[in-house]
Amino acid sequence: MKLPISWLKDFIDLDGLTVEDIARKLTLAGLEVDEILYVGLPMPEYAASGMHSSEKHEFKTNGIAWDKEKIVVAEIREVKAHPNADKLTLLDLFDGQQEQVVLTGAPNIFHLKGAGKLEKPIKVAYAKEGSTLYDGHAEGQVLMTLKRAKIRGVDSYSMVCSEKELGITEESDGIIILDDDAPVGMPLADYIGDAVLDISILPNMARNANVIGIARELAALTGRELKTDNRPQTIDRPLSAVNGQSVNDLVEIEITNSELNPRFVVGLIRNVEIKPSPYQIQRRLKLAGVRAINNIVDATNYAMIELGEPLHAFDYDILKERAGDKKIKIITRTAQDGEELVTLDGVKRKLTAMNVLVCDEKGSLSLAGVMGGSESEVYDASKEVLDAIGVETKPGEMPQGKITSRGKSTVNVLLEGAAWNFINIRRTAKQHNLPSEASFRFSRGVHPALAETGVKRGLQYMAAWANGQIAPGLVDVYPLKPKDSVVDVTPKDVKRLLGIELTLEEISALLTRLEFKCEITNHHLQVTAPPHRMDIDEGVVGLADVLEEVARSYGFDKIPTTTMSDSLPPQKGNPIHEWEERLRDLLVAIGLQEVVTYRMTSPERESRVVTHNEYVRIANPIAPERSVLRQNLLASVLEVAEKNAKAESLAMFEVGSIFEPVKNDLPNEPRKLAMVMTGKRIASAWDVKDSPTFDFYDMKGRIELLLAGLRFTDILYAETESTYALHPGKSAEVKVNGQVVGVFGELHPLAKEKYEFGDAPVIVAEFDLEKLRALNPSYGIVPVSEFPPMYEDIAIILDESVAAATVEALIRQTGGKTVTDVRLFDVYRDEKIGAGKKSLAYSLTYQAEKTLTDAEAAAIRNKIVKRLENVVGAKLRS
Amino acid sequence: MLDKLNEIEKAALESLSSINDQTALDAWRIANVGRSSPLMQVFGGFGKLSKEEKPVVGAAANRVKVALESALEERAQAVKNAALAKSLEEEKLDVTLPGREVNIGRLHPSTQQLRRVLSILAEMGFQVYTSREVESDEMNFQMLNFAPHHPAREMQDSFYVEAEGREDNPILMRTHTSPGQIRAMREAVASNPQNPPPIRIALPGMCFRYEQITARSEIQFNQVEGLAVGKGITFADLKGTLTDFVRRMFGQDARVRFRASYFPFTEPSAEMDVECFVCGGKGCQVCKNSGWLEILGCGMVHPNVLQNGGYDPKIYSGFAWGMGPERQLMLRNKITDIRYFWGNDVRFLEQF
Repeated sequence: MKLPISWLKDFIDLDGLTVEDIARKLTLAGLEVDEILYVGLPMPEYAASGMHSSEKHEFKTNGIAWDKEKIVVAEIREVKAHPNADKLTLLDLFDGQQEQVVLTGAPNIFHLKGAGKLEKPIKVAYAKEGSTLYDGHAEGQVLMTLKRAKIRGVDSYSMVCSEKELGITEESDGIIILDDDAPVGMPLADYIGDAVLDISILPNMARNANVIGIARELAALTGRELKTDNRPQTIDRPLSAVNGQSVNDLVEIEITNSELNPRFVVGLIRNVEIKPSPYQIQRRLKLAGVRAINNIVDATNYAMIELGEPLHAFDYDILKERAGDKKIKIITRTAQDGEELVTLDGVKRKLTAMNVLVCDEKGSLSLAGVMGGSESEVYDASKEVLDAIGVETKPGEMPQGKITSRGKSTVNVLLEGAAWNFINIRRTAKQHNLPSEASFRFSRGVHPALAETGVKRGLQYMAAWANGQIAPGLVDVYPLKPKDSVVDVTPKDVKRLLGIELTLEEISALLTRLEFKCEITNHHLQVTAPPHRMDIDEGVVGLADVLEEVARSYGFDKIPTTTMSDSLPPQKGNPIHEWEERLRDLLVAIGLQEVVTYRMTSPERESRVVTHNEYVRIANPIAPERSVLRQNLLASVLEVAEKNAKAESLAMFEVGSIFEPVKNDLPNEPRKLAMVMTGKRIASAWDVKDSPTFDFYDMKGRIELLLAGLRFTDILYAETESTYALHPGKSAEVKVNGQVVGVFGELHPLAKEKYEFGDAPVIVAEFDLEKLRALNPSYGIVPVSEFPPMYEDIAIILDESVAAATVEALIRQTGGKTVTDVRLFDVYRDEKIGAGKKSLAYSLTYQAEKTLTDAEAAAIRNKIVKRLENVVGAKLRS
Repeated sequence: MLDKLNEIEKAALESLSSINDQTALDAWRIANVGRSSPLMQVFGGFGKLSKEEKPVVGAAANRVKVALESALEERAQAVKNAALAKSLEEEKLDVTLPGREVNIGRLHPSTQQLRRVLSILAEMGFQVYTSREVESDEMNFQMLNFAPHHPAREMQDSFYVEAEGREDNPILMRTHTSPGQIRAMREAVASNPQNPPPIRIALPGMCFRYEQITARSEIQFNQVEGLAVGKGITFADLKGTLTDFVRRMFGQDARVRFRASYFPFTEPSAEMDVECFVCGGKGCQVCKNSGWLEILGCGMVHPNVLQNGGYDPKIYSGFAWGMGPERQLMLRNKITDIRYFWGNDVRFLEQF
């Protein structure tokens, strides 16, 4: 909410506190000040020296200060024609010290041109030569300094100001006309200089979304007195006498659902004269972000911003006409499905059974707590207003034009203050997309006690500004009084939860400042929540609610810093998390870059590599391409690789969840690992030309390292029947301890075509981490022998169809323990060997717990060769 | 004879002085100190000398031999040094040519930051607790003291998952890691219902909010929460523990402040600010000239949340706090666009 400091000062003495001090206190207590806007008051130096100052300033600061010497209250004594310009006037004006002649083109003074000496001088804001103001003709807010110039032959050196020029509003039409009692000669900054705090209201602080609420907090934080009954000094005029027939004789109220409408209050004011509000009031409303309309509407808004209770003004005579000769009966009820109401913004709204209506016996009048209806709204039929809204007026005839007009301004006002169920209002405002000042407050909870206070205050303002007479009494139907929350607090509770030692008296003093009623009985403090708060519960929750207020009031900064004194739980770690972190480390160690992708994707995007029929679908996606949860991690990593396809060499992985749908229940979220490699094995450089591209075996090598790093030893690679779009001859599944845990290979050429990759093959892998993690790794390190190993190479020729893995297995099996390493170092094919044949060359390592003789090694070797001959038809290559 | 020896020495030393390579040195050695060299012939003719001459000539011949040999050695060293100097000169590299690239992998910056946070928390006794990313309304909101239609829900606009017959308990993408608080508390209570153990956990993970994807807002982000539950844990403990945490994170001199705030699942709630670590509190663009950076939200666990987790709020109390690793990285590295994180452009990732 936007809060002018001048308004705050109606309720609390702020002497000795700067605007920044106030903002800081509020911010630390949970009422965060987002911005300070200066509108006349002197600004702190850092802000005045330009908005882009690098100096520290605690708050975002904006606005303008009014020079006290140069910008003052003045009075126009005569409006004359400009000798050479039809649209300009010359003002004879007195600035408190001397007479001045000022040029203006202001439309709101133009009609007085040539009227001679004014009977009643007009009070204005006058800026002398050299004043700094916003340029009234520029787009946006541009500072300028008043300089002497000749305009059509007349000397111009000063000006009367508009609201835009003074920074009160962003746009304005005409000059400011101050209230008649404005003191001529007074610096304008002293008269109406202000600063506006823009405060974020947290959901639990809704009670503070009003001037008195903020003043109350400040009073508690500073120990100063809160003067809630103050009315603004500037408008403190004698109230018209309360007289006439009591409103109770004229209006009755029926509430049909007290849960939705716990209280409904109306008051009546007669013979109001609709006109603009005093300038001071208009200015405050505008600074608070509310348009000034007329004195009656302004009175409802002013009371709402001041107190927090939204009010609604009805044209009493319209209600009377609708009631005919019967007593006016206000009924609150829920709407019928499909019922319609034209709200005062002119929109016909279709209602549902959830919406609450304020009605009379003829039908609906307003959408409760959200927006009034157009028919019974307060109406201003003055010529200026009708002109402004485009209604044609002819003497003696009903006005014609854009709106159905009533022809006659409202004279008698029935003022409503009510309490509504906040959830219902919230849903209604959302349903009809009607965020208003009223629904903002009602949808966060307004205490029913405020309905009465609000109506009284609204009527007082109407009486003061519109010269009406308040009818005696209020009609007040209050079927559902909220229970006063009572909470028991002890110093022990304060110590146990806040960690500070306070006496009963100290706790009581802190809470009393926030208007809690405190009674000390028998080492307990019985605390009753004040009648503006809906956020204090009872019991153990109420205790937390009250202790929060104790802590805030005491000051978070004064609470000490301590360490926890209770015992630590057993430190047991998180094996799953740690295993995955180890996996990530291994993947990084083998040269892969980790990526993290969106969980939301679309079936179309995943279908480039794999198709699923069912998905976990998002009910409210932000875009069609984020309509489901991913069910394939590889697809996500491939997309990232595609986006980076310009890079010469890519090797990346992601570890994360996929989402498998379970009908109408929470999905399964198994963990997966996906890897993608493409591009050059080694990046080109000044001494690296034509590096080969990543292929199947680059990925396989990394998988071998990865599985070894995870301490798996029983690993098999076999042809795969995976549903992935992989190259049938260049793909494999990976079995660990006999179980398939992953698949890898080259992306199928047809699948690759669906992506924008370069020429290099795209090598992919995906592992099921749930399965992999469940397998037993093997621990234990093989001792390093002290005896020298023997190395020997053998090359064999055999059929193409025999897999290398088969040969290796045979060698190992036959060689037994002594053959400790088998390394394939050459695969060779040529005509001499013969078609359909290949040569495999192995380097064998023999190792025993003694020095092997040549003969012993030869014996093993011969055994191996013989076995290979017998089993796979291998021939030793000479 | 002595004259002859002097001549031999003089001639040999003279010829040595012009030698610059190993081959010539070898030839010189054979010619001057070899078996058939004039000097050796002097030794060979020793027997012909008189008894008086023998010691004189012998001493002189030996002196010449030593002199020639040491001169040879000296020269040999000089030749070797010259050759080395030449080859070193010839082997000179252009040291400004780029070094050879090493293919290395890196962790995603978010993972790196998560690890930094989690390792500090581990030192402080907070163990990692992970839980699911798709949650029920009950776990994500209701158990955490967000009533249906409560205004606080507007602070966390959600992605809902299509499901039928779940009007009272829809399925959604978790908006925070806090459902894990309830799950962890319930597990702890189940382990010892009579006397539930104290809890110190860190809850990391991806969270989701219904936002447009812009430079300042994302649909997913990581969060790390801390939770401590036990007997006699106070707001002063919260302040102490978090100040300790923040100082381990941002430096031992970091100044901090606590501002009152609101979260449905804590009460009292606070925002914790740290003095801007970019400018040291003097005011800069990163802290928007305020000198303070908002880095975490915290508060005492709400009694309803304790109750829902199975801990009696009359006996137990606790505190929780939450923070965003991506936000921390953005502040620390002056990253102005949050979309970089899930954009995964390698040119961004490689900088971490």
